[in-house]
Amino acid sequence: MNDKLSQMIAEKGFVLADGATGTSLFNLGLQAGDPPEFWNIDEPEKIRAIYQGSVDAGSDLFLTNSFGSNSSRLKLHNSASRAYELSKAAATLGREVADKSKRQVLVAGSIGPTGEIMGDAGWLSHRDAVSMFQVTAQGLIDGGADVLWVETISSPEEYNAAAEGISKVGAPWVGTMSFDTAGRTMMGTTSKDMVNMVKDMAYGPLAFGANCGVGASDLLRTVLGFSENSDRPIVAKGNAGIPKYVDGHIHYDGTPEVMATYALLARACGASIIGGCCGTMPAHLKAMRKALDGNPCGEKPTLKQISLALGEFSSKSDGTGDEARPERVRRGKRK
Amino acid sequence: MSDEQDIILADLSDEELTLQMHDDLYDGMKEEIAESVNILLGRGWMPYDILTKALVEGMRIVGIDFRDGILFVPEVLLAANAMKGGMFILKPLLAETGAPRLGNMLIGTVKGDIHDIGKNLVTMMMEGAGFEVKDLGINNPVENYLQELESGEYDILGMSALLTTTMPYMKVVIDTMVEKGMRDDYVVMVGGAPLNEEFSKAIGADAYCRDAAVAVETAKEFMAKKHNQMVA
Repeated sequence: MNDKLSQMIAEKGFVLADGATGTSLFNLGLQAGDPPEFWNIDEPEKIRAIYQGSVDAGSDLFLTNSFGSNSSRLKLHNSASRAYELSKAAATLGREVADKSKRQVLVAGSIGPTGEIMGDAGWLSHRDAVSMFQVTAQGLIDGGADVLWVETISSPEEYNAAAEGISKVGAPWVGTMSFDTAGRTMMGTTSKDMVNMVKDMAYGPLAFGANCGVGASDLLRTVLGFSENSDRPIVAKGNAGIPKYVDGHIHYDGTPEVMATYALLARACGASIIGGCCGTMPAHLKAMRKALDGNPCGEKPTLKQISLALGEFSSKSDGTGDEARPERVRRGKRK
Repeated sequence: MSDEQDIILADLSDEELTLQMHDDLYDGMKEEIAESVNILLGRGWMPYDILTKALVEGMRIVGIDFRDGILFVPEVLLAANAMKGGMFILKPLLAETGAPRLGNMLIGTVKGDIHDIGKNLVTMMMEGAGFEVKDLGINNPVENYLQELESGEYDILGMSALLTTTMPYMKVVIDTMVEKGMRDDYVVMVGGAPLNEEFSKAIGADAYCRDAAVAVETAKEFMAKKHNQMVA
């Protein structure tokens, strides 16, 4: 409980995180295909502006522009060796913005996935992944991040590798996974699986949770799965609705009002760190801030209440119910 | 079935062995698949029959359970890897025996987009289904697709995008194919998290494929239609 984020949760009861970095970057002219992390050096004013947007909208913490700042992702831009430099720059800019604010705002160093597959069927080894995460983590801490923030992870192997990389830096951390496949992550992890994984970790996160994924309803179903099974602080960072293709461009269909409803429900579901993900702009964050400050914490909603307020779930079950996972009838005596 | 006992693959009848291969693919057992392929070859099976009746059929079952949320990516990767173990043996023999090819696909993530896990999965599942796949990798401008299409014998073009900002580029590729009068020579399939059926129709693709299993089924359907047209 010595870290600033745990203290903040203890003092305030809940923490408003930030919204979408990617959506904001594209709005500021980032060209698709270009790595956003280069802007930490080349366009620092724009990155500061994005951070400032979250602070001005009332966020208690914001994530740094370092989601793809690992050597595996940067390699695609022939910049694998810049992982440390770009991570540090992302956090340095964040520190500047946070220190100028009159209220306390925390800088959370974003660490995204490597984009490679690990485990028995994959090709990225545990050792290589650990050292990649360590480099990014070290850069973020050296730049002044208060806490590290692993996000959008789909495999338990990668979550564990990130934890180990961070442990070598010795920083407090938060880690969220993306549950986008019928309530599970792409690799099949359920909310309950994640609770069990986190519980047993040698260097566990101070908070865990879900980000991105499908719609707000699905994300809250996952959060309910967490809070039923764990007392550790929970993160809810859902998308502002679902991307729709209209007349040649894309927009997210979640309004600020919808996100305000989502924020209240997220808190009622048991989340204590609440934010948005893709499509969540400062206007959404302002509405979330107002709703959370202006209302007491509600009672834990039922699935029915969630779907009535935020829309239907994308799948009937999220894999955590009593119904057993259907097993294929094998002839075999092998297993 | 708790009492485990060793299965002697060579002692199984043809029918039992084929079914066992379906199970072994499902469980991602590469060495066992290779052994079974060799046993069937030894019994005089045609390579093409081993491919279709044992391997492709086994992967079809894997695909169904992936689609239905019973299997997930890690299991599918292991199955595809086991399939590769069999294909490694069969591939040269298929060419020698002049077996009919199932189809050739060109695949790549579009310009501006550097995501590749979804595309890699489609590639593996398509190869698992017996297709030949050429992977152009990430961040492909229209020229890459056209150059490769013109230089090879492709039936299917697959394009992938994970960003809402890059998916419109698929239309650029399709429009250019139309301009060059080559659009109708290929089946164009598109996929990626932010896409949907509506988008696929709007840009003039032949099919939107929600996941790798759907991509395989769609490709098979198109190839069946194509073969029928050639016969007619």
